[in-house]
Amino acid sequence: MPSKPLTLKFLDLASILAMVISTYLALVFAPQEVVMGNAQRIFYFHIGTAWVAMLGFILAALGGIIYLITKDLKWDRFELAAVEVSALFFLITICLGAIWARPVWNTWWTWDVRLTTAAVTELVFIAYLMLRQGLEDPEKRARFGAVYTLLGGLSVPVTFMVIRLFRTIHPVVVGSPSAEAQGGFNMDDRMVATFLFALVAFTIVFIDLFWHRVRLGALEEKVEQQKLKASL
Amino acid sequence: MTESTRPPAPSFSKAVLAIVRKDLSAELRSRELLSAMLVFALLVILIFNFALELDVKVRETVTAGVLWTTFAFAGTLGLNRSMSVEKDRGCLDGLLLAPVDRSAIYFGKALSNLIFMLIVEAFTLPVYSLLYNVNLFQPGLLLVVLLGSIGYIAVGTLLATMAVQTRTRDVMLPILLFPIVLPVLLASVKASAGFLNGLDFAEISGALNLLIAYDLIFIAVPLMLFEYVVEE
Amino acid sequence: MIETKKLVKRFGLKTVLRGVDFKVQPGEFVALLGPNGAGKTTFLRILASLARPTLGEVTVAQYKLPEEAPKVRAKLGVVSHLPLLYPDLTAEENLLFYARLYGLNEPQARITATLNMVGLENRRRDLVGAFSRGMQQRLAIGRAILHDPEVILFDEPYTGLDQDASEMLDQTLRSVAATGKTVVMTSHDLARAESLATRFDVLSRGVIVASATRADLAQTDLLKFYKQALAN
Repeated sequence: MPSKPLTLKFLDLASILAMVISTYLALVFAPQEVVMGNAQRIFYFHIGTAWVAMLGFILAALGGIIYLITKDLKWDRFELAAVEVSALFFLITICLGAIWARPVWNTWWTWDVRLTTAAVTELVFIAYLMLRQGLEDPEKRARFGAVYTLLGGLSVPVTFMVIRLFRTIHPVVVGSPSAEAQGGFNMDDRMVATFLFALVAFTIVFIDLFWHRVRLGALEEKVEQQKLKASL
Repeated sequence: MTESTRPPAPSFSKAVLAIVRKDLSAELRSRELLSAMLVFALLVILIFNFALELDVKVRETVTAGVLWTTFAFAGTLGLNRSMSVEKDRGCLDGLLLAPVDRSAIYFGKALSNLIFMLIVEAFTLPVYSLLYNVNLFQPGLLLVVLLGSIGYIAVGTLLATMAVQTRTRDVMLPILLFPIVLPVLLASVKASAGFLNGLDFAEISGALNLLIAYDLIFIAVPLMLFEYVVEE
Repeated sequence: MIETKKLVKRFGLKTVLRGVDFKVQPGEFVALLGPNGAGKTTFLRILASLARPTLGEVTVAQYKLPEEAPKVRAKLGVVSHLPLLYPDLTAEENLLFYARLYGLNEPQARITATLNMVGLENRRRDLVGAFSRGMQQRLAIGRAILHDPEVILFDEPYTGLDQDASEMLDQTLRSVAATGKTVVMTSHDLARAESLATRFDVLSRGVIVASATRADLAQTDLLKFYKQALAN
């Protein structure tokens, strides 16, 4: 069994370090926002997780396309890893959004376009995982999974556009004149720095988790192979 | 039959037509699929009547929503049945063994499913009109019903083909279908409500355009993906 | 007429066929014997263009699979243990549907001839759903030979048939074989295979372990040959 690659070990450490620094920046370094107070600090992690969740979503659809072309199960593992990690981050994004919305919008949940789209994406992921559960043949599971991520990858952006036709109260955070009234705010330099660092930090964490999950998938397959050999 | 008299493979349209005729004559005899869909649609409307207290005021705002929920639920029933018939006695293999393009098989099944869906809608709309004294026979609304049904069936036929091949075939279809088909349902509800409430065409055109875009994407993509869900 | 070279089929990690070399001359009737799980059905599904080979070459009726699958399909008839028939259609309607899918020029004449051959001309207008298992299987053979294929594949045609039905099927198979078609039949019923086939191949653990013609078996009997093949 191959031992953990050095780069991955390094990434593990980098992830922990990045999260610690990012937490410090968000909670201490960044100044308190005038209107929303400390609740605004959630924003840094909210956007950070949302960004990598999106990234995972796109990677999953790409993995699906490449699998259908190459029929190499490696890409199925890639796709599954992307879905699982992305599902996790979408869940965190939704929870953080709800916690933030409670003091600012005075409600845990609103049927806002971004929130709803995130929830729908989560449902697509759950359906994807249930679909895989219902199929025993790994090749068929990979094929159907790839087709489904592709459909999801096409449908979710349309969902976003459709919901946007309905009114939204989600703030367009920076630069929109009406933003402030809805909970947007102007960011000063320290806020921008904190925000950008959070994006980088979550990207590192994402890559680290993603890599781990792909590696786990490969190890799982090895175990299966050994079992199969033993049974013959 | 010698080589020269051997007929060429049938054209795309002939193969599609053969499948549609087969489905219609089988349904004309058993009426299993349509009767199930129709009774179910009536029951859903009945339940909504009590659940939402559909008095005159409420009806103005929820009619479009009630209609599309009814269509969506009844639709999964029909899709599941239509694809189970093919799977159960190996008939899907029979279709795949014929010298016709896989996309012709998809198109034929989708067309049959669309016809069943439209028949159910053609019964449901007058019943709803009669029960609640609203005029649903407006050209605009009928156009939305057609466009929405096309999108719904285009994705539904592909996903039902996948669903009937899983271990959990009876419950899988709605879970797979609804998150993907959500944009169609939302846009259809929005456009239907617009026509029912006599909004200007300019206010409805956004939803209509999205509906048309979705229809085009989700006819083209399943046509390409269908062979991946039927071939080993 | 049929040739496979180093044919390998994997389902994910499981290798079902591990290098099958198989050749059938025109007019031969080959019985493919082997225990359950030997890969017989998978092998036949590859010849039938229903599954894709992972590695190796497959040629059926002078065309390569899977590249020239549509051309192969026009010259191929398949009977599996599932009937591939629609219970809500009559015998005639079932055949008419398949005649259209194969683009036959004079479907009615072909249907009459086929029904005569399988001894079901007096049940022409009866629903297939009301047929006994044996009658369904004979009609399934009719469906497979309707387009006058050069190659016919039988996958365990006797499954689920009682003694009388099996004997009727024997007669039908014999009359099909007498027309000079190339036939491959999988079976674990040695006695039935012995009375029909001109050559016997044994498939075990994904490879052909033995092959003998009827003449080779003049000295020994099929059961001995089969047991010996598996023992090696």
